[in-house]
Amino acid sequence: MKKFLASVLSAALLLGALAGCGGNPSAPSGSGTPAASTPIATDKVIKIGVFEPASGDSASGGKKEMLGMQYANSVTPTVEIGGETYTVQLVPSDNGSSTDKAPSAAADLVAKDVAIVLGSYGSGVSMAASDTFKEAGIAAMGVTCTNPNVTAGNDHYFRICFLDNFQAQVLANFAQDKFQAKTAYCLGETGNEYDQGLIAFFEQVFTANGGKVIKDSFPNNNSDFNSYLNKAKAEGADVIFTPVSIAYATQIITQAQSLGITAPFLGSDTLDDNMVLDAANGTDIQLYVSTFYQEGGAPDFDAGIKEYINSNSSAKDANGGNDTIAAVTAMGYDAYYVALEAMKAAGSADPAAIKSALPGVTYTGVSGAIAFDDIGDAIRDTAYIKHSTNTGAWELETVQTAN
Amino acid sequence: MTQQKNKKGAVLALLGCLLLLAAVVLLENVSVFLPPESVPNVLKPTSQLFAVLKKGAVYSLAAVSMNLLNGFTGLFSLGQAGFMLLGAYTYAILSVPVAERAAVYYLYGGSAVNFSFQDLFGSLFGTEGVGGAVSMGLGVMAAMVLAGCVAAAFAYLIGLPVLRLKSDYLAIATLGFAEIIKAVFQWQALGPVTNGANMIKSFPTFSSFNITGAGGKVILRLSTFFPFLVAILCIAVICMLINSSYGRAFKAIREDEIAAEAMGINLAKHKMLSFCTSAFFAGVSGALFAMFVTNAQAKVYTTTMTYEILLIVVIGGIGSISGSCIATFLYVACSEWWLRFLDNETVLASGVKLPFLRSGFRMVVFSVVIMIVVLFFRRGIMGDKELPDLFRRRKTRKEAAQ
Amino acid sequence: MEFAISVLISGISVGGQYALIAIGYTMVYGILRLINFAHGDVFMVAGLLGIYLSASLPLYLSLPLVLVLTVALGFCIERVAYKPLRSAPRMSVMISAIGVSYLIQNTATYITGGQPMTYPTIPFLSDTVKIAGTSTKWVTILTPFLVLALVLALTQLINHTKTGMAMRAVAKDFETSQLMGIKINSVISVTFVIGSALAAVGSMLYFTNFQAITPTAGALPGLRAFVAAVVGGIGSIPGAVVGAFIIGICENVIKSTEFTVFSDAGTFALLILILVLKPTGLFGEKVTDKV
Repeated sequence: MKKFLASVLSAALLLGALAGCGGNPSAPSGSGTPAASTPIATDKVIKIGVFEPASGDSASGGKKEMLGMQYANSVTPTVEIGGETYTVQLVPSDNGSSTDKAPSAAADLVAKDVAIVLGSYGSGVSMAASDTFKEAGIAAMGVTCTNPNVTAGNDHYFRICFLDNFQAQVLANFAQDKFQAKTAYCLGETGNEYDQGLIAFFEQVFTANGGKVIKDSFPNNNSDFNSYLNKAKAEGADVIFTPVSIAYATQIITQAQSLGITAPFLGSDTLDDNMVLDAANGTDIQLYVSTFYQEGGAPDFDAGIKEYINSNSSAKDANGGNDTIAAVTAMGYDAYYVALEAMKAAGSADPAAIKSALPGVTYTGVSGAIAFDDIGDAIRDTAYIKHSTNTGAWELETVQTAN
Repeated sequence: MTQQKNKKGAVLALLGCLLLLAAVVLLENVSVFLPPESVPNVLKPTSQLFAVLKKGAVYSLAAVSMNLLNGFTGLFSLGQAGFMLLGAYTYAILSVPVAERAAVYYLYGGSAVNFSFQDLFGSLFGTEGVGGAVSMGLGVMAAMVLAGCVAAAFAYLIGLPVLRLKSDYLAIATLGFAEIIKAVFQWQALGPVTNGANMIKSFPTFSSFNITGAGGKVILRLSTFFPFLVAILCIAVICMLINSSYGRAFKAIREDEIAAEAMGINLAKHKMLSFCTSAFFAGVSGALFAMFVTNAQAKVYTTTMTYEILLIVVIGGIGSISGSCIATFLYVACSEWWLRFLDNETVLASGVKLPFLRSGFRMVVFSVVIMIVVLFFRRGIMGDKELPDLFRRRKTRKEAAQ
Repeated sequence: MEFAISVLISGISVGGQYALIAIGYTMVYGILRLINFAHGDVFMVAGLLGIYLSASLPLYLSLPLVLVLTVALGFCIERVAYKPLRSAPRMSVMISAIGVSYLIQNTATYITGGQPMTYPTIPFLSDTVKIAGTSTKWVTILTPFLVLALVLALTQLINHTKTGMAMRAVAKDFETSQLMGIKINSVISVTFVIGSALAAVGSMLYFTNFQAITPTAGALPGLRAFVAAVVGGIGSIPGAVVGAFIIGICENVIKSTEFTVFSDAGTFALLILILVLKPTGLFGEKVTDKV
């Protein structure tokens, strides 16, 4: 009996494997919209690769970023290239928030013949996938990956957001201007280049201005922050800087509340998220975050995307169950239009043409004007700092520009 | 008689390896030789196929080195990811060209190690053309050998206290060491050497082995060939070790330590030898892994990675080298390629939306498949047999029938 | 001083929660010689069940239901994934455990969509209390006492009931006890039931303290609890409890120094040190090789 079962199963496995082999050359059925082979696709289709995490640590952020692109796609589903109308199709691929899964997720996009790639939410996965895109000659456009190394030293990776050093500088200055902070307690995840990079830049600026920085890191998957927060309290920290991912941020906020921490919390763009806002709701925590976009900056966009989110249950789930607009969603929306602009400028659906057209593209999106410098970074000198009202909303605190 | 058979087997194995390598080179270069329009999607150089083949080659070396320890010597160790990390970092630190170091170590104002093998050989053979290729190749080889040596040296130090421990205690102790090594590499104080939490990148990777002509056009692709070559060479060495008198001693220790000791096998010495050899090849595979993902970053080398490799070893069959290799390719292809369609919401032509299909479903199905294999093939795909054994048995059966 | 007390309090509290998980590891190991890697994930599932059930049911119904369902899950895992492999090599069973752990984590990712979920607040337990100048939650104070009570009850069960006697016999010698007419399978099931029930209680305490649950939320407490069980001598219940408190306190002490990078590494270093000095842990039995 067992032998029989085993052989049936192995046969099934083998069949599956064969099906996988056989099915692939003709490009697998692919994404949400019908694939190119279905009858509707008599018009021309151009594909945009969405290289975002849908699982792992950054899943929450990646989904919100993708939401912006999906909304933009629903608003503007076609693009005029060289006098012909193309239907734009988004092709998602999950990079699992992890650098070892990133290369094959990137190869998945390349195999599906995308013309340009948007993403990713995290810098590490972007760097890990960079070479795959480079080899394929496809331009990639980071949406909210803020690490300097993503674009440095290559001509195919661009980004539309500001960089870590700018963000850290803005936050350090803000801490010293607003709170006259002398001591800052910085807490980040061990071995996470995003957290540690921001903390290092923050320290540079903060100590240069005469402040003192205490740095700590917590292990991956940690959920007990009591000792860290008590330490911040015992050391008399004036501000607590926590550029961590969303799940950790919610833990830190709720635990800080029960420990009665009064020092203000400073967060980076990752903390601009509904989950964090929910955690701060009804507490006495002072929470300030730096971000790319503030709700109300573009009323038409706000109204449109809220309607989109409320009319679509899976979009609502992706947004964490409510219709507060995350900055990354606005950035994803802008990224989509920048990609369309690049296609128009290229006048061709050829990835190489789009790649060479992209550096010259300028576009005014909902998050501000976007243009690229020599390295491929967006020329941006504005960051929004907002604080939680602790009633479930953000309020604009100040707009900081580079000095 | 047996001597002759062994020799015949070795020749056959050698032929098989050469054939495999030739097939890889051919497969990879279809896109170079044929006009672009006639190349099927799956054979394009950026296809999933090659990503899977590369990762498979890297992981099969890691799996075989783990099998040497867990399957052939019966030492239950979970330190694989730690040794791979050591190898990856050693390789990365010694291979980043000096000119790139300021950019890579931007947080620390440059690297404390201002030396790279590539530059060293470059000053001997030149940096352009054939000389450049030679110095790059030699640089990579030297760094990779050193990567293995560093891992083996650490294994020796770790082995001194922990190899006395029995079964599960040994497993948890080695797992602990892997975690400690990871933490040390993430420590900001060592940043000028390890780059702290940041990744080390800009070192030669697999695609550096593609031979390009004028204007950057690829003449011959070797980016998949290279990991296969290294993996096959290393696995061949492991095979020879297993078939030597040392290998027989390892198996004796696995079967019964006390009996082995009574037969005059020096337990401590053989265990240490197996542990260090395994770590050496884990280090080499770590270096390959760094080349595959084009960066070295400590947070990737988690216990999950060790479990993944252990899973491969057991699925392939504990004590079967060819089993480990086959299982690796099946595992990698399943988890990263064949099942990927399950992650996408799919609407059939008739307008019916397939249930369950959305992101994350691929991993659920994949783990179910793994559970089925584990439950119904309890000795793994190959048991403790090797690939040639299967043919041999069939032959003897046929002979018996006649 | 205030800081030192707060570190100690959180150390003891976390230690208590680890203890509840560690008992599950150690009991299963004692009987099956199996490292049940899926145990940390069962703990996580108990947390998720708490979230989903209390969304639609009042707490006095949902919490007992969490307990029942977690126990059912533990029982099913044993029956489906471990029982068929009883005669297989030990490595296969362990791989099966790793497979189950994979399956649970991936299914949880699929269902939650990878978003962190927030555990409901349990009245009283979640309230803040001030002790010696540091404020904390009631659950932190109550955990060690609850753990001690549960462990006492468990030792009573093991030492003074028939099932307990059967469990001790099976742990001592698997085959002989089978020959003596002990129904091995039911004893093993009881072990898994007890382990899962304690994990469910542990999850209520732990997630009341640390409210966000991700699919990997069970991995770290699971690993720490396992380390605790090994430090105490795997197979021994008092060992697991003592080990858990040691690990909990040690972890929090390291977190209070400037070497926070090593908070995981430090616990492992302690583990290795103890293993080198006492190869079977603090309370472990000495193994004698039978020839």
